[in-house]
Amino acid sequence: MIYADNAATTKMSELALKRFVEVASNEFGNPSSLYSIGQSAKDVLENARADVASVINADPREIIFTSGGSEADNQAIISAAKLGEKNGKKHIISTAFEHHAVLHTLEKLKKEGFEITLLDVHSNGIVTADEVEAAIKDETCLVTIMFANNEIGTIQPIREIGAVCRKHNVLFHTDAVQAIGHLPIDVQEYNIDMLSSSGHKFHGPKGTGFLYAKKGIRLTNLIEGGAQEKGKRAGTENVPGIAAMAEALKAAVANIPQHNDSLRAKRDRLIEGLLQIPHSALNGDRDSRLPGNVNFCFEGIEGESLLLLLDDKGISASSGSACTSGSLDPSHVLLAIGRVHDVAHGSLRLSIEDDITNEDIEYIIRSVREVVEYLRGFSPIWRDLVAGKKQFIL
Amino acid sequence: MALYSEKVMDHFRNPRNVGVIEDADGVGEVGNAKCGDIMKMYLKIDNDIITDVKFETFGCGSAIASSSMATELIKGRPVDEALQLTNKAVAEALDGLPDYKMHCSVLAEEAIKNALDDYHSKKDLKTEG
Repeated sequence: MIYADNAATTKMSELALKRFVEVASNEFGNPSSLYSIGQSAKDVLENARADVASVINADPREIIFTSGGSEADNQAIISAAKLGEKNGKKHIISTAFEHHAVLHTLEKLKKEGFEITLLDVHSNGIVTADEVEAAIKDETCLVTIMFANNEIGTIQPIREIGAVCRKHNVLFHTDAVQAIGHLPIDVQEYNIDMLSSSGHKFHGPKGTGFLYAKKGIRLTNLIEGGAQEKGKRAGTENVPGIAAMAEALKAAVANIPQHNDSLRAKRDRLIEGLLQIPHSALNGDRDSRLPGNVNFCFEGIEGESLLLLLDDKGISASSGSACTSGSLDPSHVLLAIGRVHDVAHGSLRLSIEDDITNEDIEYIIRSVREVVEYLRGFSPIWRDLVAGKKQFIL
Repeated sequence: MALYSEKVMDHFRNPRNVGVIEDADGVGEVGNAKCGDIMKMYLKIDNDIITDVKFETFGCGSAIASSSMATELIKGRPVDEALQLTNKAVAEALDGLPDYKMHCSVLAEEAIKNALDDYHSKKDLKTEG
């Protein structure tokens, strides 16, 4: 089996798994308890917090553990909105291709009277700092822009956007779920005020994540009921999960330089190979993209069929096709970069990791080509395109 | 629990009656690329009996399986009987479809009705002529 859907989730690393079992077995105490086994669990928790903080150059007191990226996104945005509202500032800037954890939260705020500006991400899937700056108004209380896109892997100019936000004294949040563990992140250097992260995207356990919030930013609780996480996130901490996440994150970050070199080469070969398929196109900028992300559109076919047939060949991948989401619309990300519906339905995302071999890459290229050709063989759209009754888009 | 029944996967992996009938007596096309599903049905009809049927589909696994099953259900049947085919019958023959995929079976029913309409209008033209 070739697992090529690491943007959806990753397999827990041996290291993280070992740490998880170790902590779950030996540190079962409640970190809020006063007796020694409780305090020992508390130490595990605080060590994990220090590890996570040091990876992004933050202070441990600036880290709140959450259930994952979605919760962190929600809490960051709601908190900034509440702070803004207090000062009469009810304008938020974001992009059209954020994760739904961000977009749906913004939609909710819009109903509460906030003005939301969603910036265009252009055909390359990258917003510019100039565009962010042009959108900032006196009423702007937050800029929230993802570090790297979850579908097309494009990396945003976070350092430049951070500088613009600092210049105008506007809070800057970034959803770094896809980026952390793959790209170096320094919250101070990049002027990031808040950052969301999820453990299972870098070989940590599911149900873990964290929110970094710069000192002085008053967070709003999403969950009430206890003094955990400095009173900002109630509920007994997932100590084994958090410890395993920290272990996974340290390993991922230490591996970034090597990971980037070898993975990038495999990614580029995959892109080259798939571009040989006629009437196909890479989605998103070719250079400013995550080292393991490949996202294509193939004209004349539909993504779910492609995925099912690839699964039969032992390849796990994903698609932005409507049929894989249960809605009639294809991926909002592909629409945001200007792909029309007809083409967006025929998309394929392959998100690879270090364990993939060069042979695997060649096998994927061959398999995708075979399946695309097969599906085009009985696609009425393809017939019309080939017959010249319709214009090719790609 | 798999996404689809074994029957759906069988018809998806080995679709029956795939292709085109160049001198079809009735052709029907439904759906649109915007929604991600297009089905095209070709019928060969002799003495009001569907002697041959072929399909082409752009769509998801259940759209392909629904097209395939629908062609099987009407092949060799009288036109009147084919007109009675419901999407429910297609879905049942496939051992069910997930709720949000039921529209695929609707498309299959519509594609056949569309092709039979085409056949009837062509026939009327011939009679009138």
